[in-house]
Amino acid sequence: MINTKINIAGVEFKNPVMTASGTFGSGMEYSEFVDLNNLGAVVTKGVANVPWIGNPTPRVAETYGGMLNAIGLQNPGVDVFIERDLVFLKQFDTKVIVNVCGKTVEDYLEVVEKLSDQPVDMLEINVSCPNVKEGAIAFGQRADCLFDITKQIKKVAKQPIIMKLSPNVTDITEMAKAAEAAGSDALSLINTITGMKIDIHKRQFALANKTGGLSGPAIKPIAIRMVYQVANAVKIPIIGMGGIANGDDAIEFMLAGATGIAVGAMNFVNPYATTEVLKGMEEYMEKYQVSDINQLIGAVK
Amino acid sequence: MNKKKETALVVSQKEIAPDVFDLWIATDMAQMALPGQFIAVFPKDASTLLPRPISICEADKEKNRLRIVYRIAGKGTLEFSKYKEGDTIEILGTIGNGFPLEAGEGKKVFLIGGGIGIPPMLQLAKELEADQTILVGYRDNNTFLTEDLALYGKVVIASEDGSVGTRGNVMNAIEAENLSAEVIFACGPMPMLRAIKAYAQKNNIKAYLSLEEKMACGVGACLGCVCKTKDVDHHSHVNNARICTDGPVFDADDVEI
Repeated sequence: MINTKINIAGVEFKNPVMTASGTFGSGMEYSEFVDLNNLGAVVTKGVANVPWIGNPTPRVAETYGGMLNAIGLQNPGVDVFIERDLVFLKQFDTKVIVNVCGKTVEDYLEVVEKLSDQPVDMLEINVSCPNVKEGAIAFGQRADCLFDITKQIKKVAKQPIIMKLSPNVTDITEMAKAAEAAGSDALSLINTITGMKIDIHKRQFALANKTGGLSGPAIKPIAIRMVYQVANAVKIPIIGMGGIANGDDAIEFMLAGATGIAVGAMNFVNPYATTEVLKGMEEYMEKYQVSDINQLIGAVK
Repeated sequence: MNKKKETALVVSQKEIAPDVFDLWIATDMAQMALPGQFIAVFPKDASTLLPRPISICEADKEKNRLRIVYRIAGKGTLEFSKYKEGDTIEILGTIGNGFPLEAGEGKKVFLIGGGIGIPPMLQLAKELEADQTILVGYRDNNTFLTEDLALYGKVVIASEDGSVGTRGNVMNAIEAENLSAEVIFACGPMPMLRAIKAYAQKNNIKAYLSLEEKMACGVGACLGCVCKTKDVDHHSHVNNARICTDGPVFDADDVEI
């Protein structure tokens, strides 16, 4: 019998496999392919205080071993989320982590307050989306701003919070330490890496937004490096993500220091990816006789 | 209706015009395919991650086969074009709403396809019971599917260089042949769809347009492939609808194109 249970900030997950925000909606679409009861958690697409229309199209572009997206956090707003998406998710025996986005501190606080009495297990604070111009990314790129917003959210949040870190910084450990110092209960990393693609035949940008966030297997080595650096800089648990396609990738993140892991862009390539990642992790544990998955966290120093 | 991803077998493939390929796939998806729906085809080369949305040209329910006709547009479709009989092909489907047959039944209908938007018109022409005129626009005399389409209605051809049919586009052909209809079903490049929308509004007729956009998940989760809608969409709660899930076919009056 192997143990796959993990614990993040007092919340127990049946296994470390989660969905990366923005790649899985609120679970409804992928529930045709995956039994959501088997997941450690569903991490929802970003939810704002009001509906957001997002960016013009094209919003996605393929790159070598990865993809760029500039969706611009289109979402129906927190009220619809609570009435429709959260009700749907609560049918399943899985933890619910709501990704919260905003343009101002007040926007974030409004969402956090509205979710405070809802059946939500954790909040992931999206201060690192590279595709929203209004300034949200500044919260995630300056340690003092990140400290302030973390502190303010922590004051009103009833659930444990996870600050989601941007890789688009000089030193991610500075950001991680600022979030930890301000009281963040956990960290998730990495968000997408800002990139660009030009269509040489049309001589125009592949994305209407010009830049977008790079995700997929192409970014995995960067994500592994950053998880390792952050794990050695802070004491709070980490949810690692960036190009996870199979169980081996997920194990690599755990060995680097992640407690939980999330599958993102690879859901688009393989709608069964989350289930297959978990199966692959269990196979690894059996092969190497690992009885408790927690033994793997940060095991490579 | 359940979507699934599966590894299917290629029954046959041939090039029917320069860079245009005609591929039959053995799959149960043939049973649920509706005219105007599409499938997502996944390249095997891991450097090309995302599925390619390709419309269903024909669904043979008896033989349990789907037919797709596509043009090579990049690395993914180039890979597909090399598949031979007996090779595997990774597909997800069936996707999308399809054309509303009931809107055209018993009426005088235009089925309009432009370029690689022509293929879905075949299954539609097969299933629609109406007085149908099928208008197809090509760049030049490298036509395809015209004989298949002729089995189900009058085919009117336009070509940009005038080498076959009316010189110009399908709108020029409508004018040249003095054609009229009560309902239009169309798929093709955006300038063509815009012209059809304007024509339909001017003549006060209904038009249903199949739209296309760069897609990632193909199942309605990523919000990559949206189009602008006139009214607030019931799902997104903004003026955006998902082409893969709420479309690809929209009432021309409902979308801003």
